[in-house]
Amino acid sequence: MKALKNYFNKVKPNFEEGGKLHAFRSVFDGMETFLFVPNDTAKTGTNIHDAMDSKRMMSIVVIALVPALLFGMYNVGYQHNLATTAGLDFWGMFFYGFLAVLPKIVVSYVVGLGIEFVVAQWKNEEIHEGFLVSGILIPMIVPVSCPLWILAVATAFAVIFAKEVFGGTGMNIFNVALITRVFLFFAYPSKMSGDAVWVSGDTFFGLGKHLDGLTTATPLGIALSATSSTGYKPFNMDMVYGLIPGSIGETSVIAIAIGALILLFTNIASWKTMLSVFIGGAVMAIGFNQMGLEGNAMAAMPWYEHLALGGFCFGAVFMATDPVTSARTSTGKYIFGFLVGAFAIIIRVLNPGYPEGMMLAILLMNIFAPLIDYYVVQSNITKRAKRIKVNQ
Amino acid sequence: MSQLFSKKNKEVFANPLSINNPITVQVLGICSALAVTAKLEPAIVMGLSVTVITAFSNVIISLLRKTIPNRIRIIVQLVVVAALVTIVSEILKAFAYDVSVQLSVYVGLIITNCILMGRLEAFAMQNAPWESFLDGLGNGLGYAKILFIIAFFREILGSGSIFNYNFVDALHLKDFGYLNNGLMILPPMALVVCGCIIWYQRSRNKELQEK
Repeated sequence: MKALKNYFNKVKPNFEEGGKLHAFRSVFDGMETFLFVPNDTAKTGTNIHDAMDSKRMMSIVVIALVPALLFGMYNVGYQHNLATTAGLDFWGMFFYGFLAVLPKIVVSYVVGLGIEFVVAQWKNEEIHEGFLVSGILIPMIVPVSCPLWILAVATAFAVIFAKEVFGGTGMNIFNVALITRVFLFFAYPSKMSGDAVWVSGDTFFGLGKHLDGLTTATPLGIALSATSSTGYKPFNMDMVYGLIPGSIGETSVIAIAIGALILLFTNIASWKTMLSVFIGGAVMAIGFNQMGLEGNAMAAMPWYEHLALGGFCFGAVFMATDPVTSARTSTGKYIFGFLVGAFAIIIRVLNPGYPEGMMLAILLMNIFAPLIDYYVVQSNITKRAKRIKVNQ
Repeated sequence: MSQLFSKKNKEVFANPLSINNPITVQVLGICSALAVTAKLEPAIVMGLSVTVITAFSNVIISLLRKTIPNRIRIIVQLVVVAALVTIVSEILKAFAYDVSVQLSVYVGLIITNCILMGRLEAFAMQNAPWESFLDGLGNGLGYAKILFIIAFFREILGSGSIFNYNFVDALHLKDFGYLNNGLMILPPMALVVCGCIIWYQRSRNKELQEK
């Protein structure tokens, strides 16, 4: 580490004003602050510094995502093995998934960071670190067979139109990773939904078995197309372990729970948002159970199954708690989370077109987060104003 | 003759095409710009219809401007516009039926187009017929120009065609894994494309940038 620091100090003059590599200043700056805590201090006023700056925060979120990512890789291989009977062993399945997922991670980071570097250089700012998390989230919320070029297009769209035009990291209204997914979802629906996208039927470097026209429905897809109210797949433990078809990182409740513990232990994500998303979803699902809509399997599905399936857990833990796009006041977090969970279930049950509602629910509530905060603050002000009157 | 094309009149005509564009600068007429621009053909027909109606309603209102009682001027303007819209709509139905079906209610809704009422109120009520005609023509063409640009990108990326000539199928691009962007056909992307045009125009024209 010391040697690395010395090396950075040695090459630094090249990147400063007048140095021969000045054009790559933001790249150098980004790498340096990524590896080391910045050394500069504020020149004016009183500032309290914590060892926890936003780059360190992002790194912990990435670490929290690792269990779900690793499990996602394994599950990609497992589902492939199950569907094609390729005869892979444990490590075979894992490496198959690794080879299938790695290109997506690379594409997402290269495109996203590339745009960030260009923008930072152009506006003469330092590189924002926000894409570290988005870059790993994006490959985790797409189906395994999503082609790389449309992933690149969607990532570029999201970084430019959901983030940079609003002023970069910390200024965005919408969650960037979810904008990538919503773009893919509406622009290329044949690659993002339906039965043919969730399990890979390709070989990667000779690993696996090629199978044309492979279709596997997700449990939510089965429930959506069911014609009777008992048409959903009964609850089983595979839904908790995550051995079901779905987007790469979203299937395993256990792996996501490990990530959630890391986030809660380090105080990065808010337990208020997280908990109220689950409560909102459960309350809504129980409500639909009681209503018992005729012929609607989604409405009859028990609440715990609703919470275990699809992107519900992943969205609740990693997306709804995004500190930038969710509500910031304490009461606001409860309201925001509850409505995210409730809307996710409403979209699942009542919308005949989409089997999953988590993405749309979170994006919808992203719009309302500032409004919720505004009214929470206003009600506090009125409450205190009243108290002053009473005391006088 | 030189009076007709004086410097002031040229500006009246040319400004709406660039630095005072009704869509990108005044942000009027957005609704129809989003609705009819999925393909080039309806967008061009719509642009031309609005141009004709704006130009002639401007002339008619300008001729009547001294006799219209101030308190009922909006009603008079609406009657004139409605009459012109009905004529254009009937002509489209007679000679370009397919396009008029594609445009559906949006031809009728030209009556409520903010650009029209804006020009009538802001320009035709105070100016002579010839200037009003130029102003209407300029604003209509400025609107048509933006519609054309939006529709051009939306048709290429969304439907993979230009003027209904499907180049994606002709070049067999789908064999290479190419897919048309379904979001481009939906109105939200029209707004994004329109936003990009505004972005481009503002970064080119310093006088349009707010401090």
